[in-house]
Amino acid sequence: MTASIISKTVKSIVAASAALIMAASVAACGPSAATPSDEGSTASGSGSSKTTARTLDEIKKSGELKVAVFSDKAPFGYVDKDGNYAGYDVYFAERLAKDLGVKVAYTSVDPAARVDVLTSNKVDITLANFTVTDERKEKVDFAKPYMKVSLGVVSPEGAEITDVSQLKGKTLIVAKGTTAETYFEKNEPDVKLQKYDQYADAYNALLDGRGDAFSTDNTEVLAWAKSNKGFKVGITKIGDEDTIAPAVQKGNKELLDWINEEIDKLGDENFFHKDYEETLKPVYGTDVDPDDIVVEKGVVD
Amino acid sequence: MNGAEILLQPGVFPRLLQGLWVTVWIAGVSVALSVPVGLIVGWLMTMRNPVIRLLTRVYLDFIRIMPQLALLFIAFYGFARAWNWNLDATGACVFVFVLWGGAELGDLVRGALESISNAQYESAYVLGLGPWQTFTRVILPQALRRLLPASVNLATRIVKTTSLAVLLGVVEVIKVGQQIIDANRFQYPTGTLWIYGVIFFMYFIVCWPLSIVARRLEKRWSHD
Repeated sequence: MTASIISKTVKSIVAASAALIMAASVAACGPSAATPSDEGSTASGSGSSKTTARTLDEIKKSGELKVAVFSDKAPFGYVDKDGNYAGYDVYFAERLAKDLGVKVAYTSVDPAARVDVLTSNKVDITLANFTVTDERKEKVDFAKPYMKVSLGVVSPEGAEITDVSQLKGKTLIVAKGTTAETYFEKNEPDVKLQKYDQYADAYNALLDGRGDAFSTDNTEVLAWAKSNKGFKVGITKIGDEDTIAPAVQKGNKELLDWINEEIDKLGDENFFHKDYEETLKPVYGTDVDPDDIVVEKGVVD
Repeated sequence: MNGAEILLQPGVFPRLLQGLWVTVWIAGVSVALSVPVGLIVGWLMTMRNPVIRLLTRVYLDFIRIMPQLALLFIAFYGFARAWNWNLDATGACVFVFVLWGGAELGDLVRGALESISNAQYESAYVLGLGPWQTFTRVILPQALRRLLPASVNLATRIVKTTSLAVLLGVVEVIKVGQQIIDANRFQYPTGTLWIYGVIFFMYFIVCWPLSIVARRLEKRWSHD
C-alpha cells in the first residue's frame, strides 16, 4: 500500500516537473515579435561555463547582437510612432551591428536593470545612456565614452530651483539606479528623494507637482524642459562631468577591444556628430553646442 | 492641444493591442499550466503522508511569503547567474506565475476536497464505487463547483500581476503605453491619462468576461 502511494507520488512529482519544463519551453516560442529577449538565450547556455558572455564569433554565428537600450528615454533610446527603436544610442547600436555583419536584437531596460542584464548575460552590450562610475566599473567593463553629461535640475518656472542649497528640505524626484540618485544620496542628505522606476513616471510626478524638482542628466532635462512649457532647467551642471560609454560583461575583453577599435574608427568619419545631427539636434535645437555633448574617439577634453 | 488626440495617432492602437496580446499570452499560458499543477499539488496536500504534507506546506508558504517581484528577479537574473540557466523574460514570467498559480490553486483544491464530507466517500463506497470512480464521479464534481469562484479570482489576479513583467523588460501593454507616452511627450504632454485610461479598459475587457463566465456557471450549477 505504502509502496503504491510512493510510486504514485513519484509519478505525480515527475508530472509536475514535466509541466514546469513544458511551461518554460512553451514560453520560448512565445509572441516573439513583441518580446525583447527572443529565443537564442536558451541556446547560448549549453556547454559553456557559468554565464560567460558570448564571444565575437558566437555573436556573428547567431546573427544577432543583443543590446540593452532604453525604450522610453527620447531622444537617446525610445520607440518611435511605428514601433521601431530609435535615438542616439540606437543609432550607434545599429552601426555596431552593421559593422559586425549582424542584426540588432533590442532588450528594453529600466535604469536599474542595466548592470544586471550584463552580469546575467541577457545582452552583449548595454547602450542605455550608461554613465561611467567607479561603482559600476566594479561590476561591468566600460568601453571608450561616446558622450558626456553632468547632472541638471528642472523645476517649475514659478518656483525655480537655481542652486542646490534651495533644495534643502524639499522633495526631489529621481529615477532609480541613475547617477542623480547616488549623487544626492551621498552629497545632499538634507534633500528628500522621491524615487521612480520609470522615467515616464518621474516626469509625470513632476508635472503633477508631487515633487519640487526633478534631477537627472542635464541632456535629458534640457530636452524635456524645451518642450514642456512652464518648466525650466535652473541648474545645468552639478557634480563632475561624467562620461557615457557602452558597457559589456566584466572580463569580456574581446568584445570590449572590438568596440574600442570601432569607436576609434568611427571617430575618423565624425560618426557621433552625424549621430547628434540625426537624433539629438531636432530636440535640442541650435541652443546647445554639440561638442558639449558628443565625444569622438573616446577623447574627453 | 487635447491629450485625447494621442489616441488617434496612427499606430497607437495596433501597438497597444500587440502589447495586450503579450499580456494575455503570458497570463493565458500561466493560467492554463497552473491548472494541472494546482490539481496535483492540491491532491498531494490532502495526503496523510507527513513528508509530502511538509513539502507541499513549505512550497505553498514559500511562494506565498515571497513577493512575486522577488520571485521574478530570482528566476530571471538569479538562475542565469547561479546555473547559467538563461530563461528569456517571458519564460521567466510564465515559470514564476505557474509556480505561484499552482501553489495558490493547490491550496484552493485542497480546501475544496477537504470540504466534501466523509459521508460522500462512504456512501460512494457503499454503492460499490472504487476509489478512482469515487474521486472522479462523486468528489471531484462537487469540489470543482466550490473551487470555481476562487479560482476565477485567482486567474484575474494573474492577469493583473503580469504587469510586473515590465520590470524584466517584457514589452507588454503597460510598457508599450509608456513608450507611446514618452515618444509623444513633446506633442501631447497630457496624453498620459488617456493612454493609461485605455490600458485600464483593456485589462477590464480581459478580466470582466472571466467573472461573467464564473457567475453563470455558479448559477447554473447551484440548481443541479
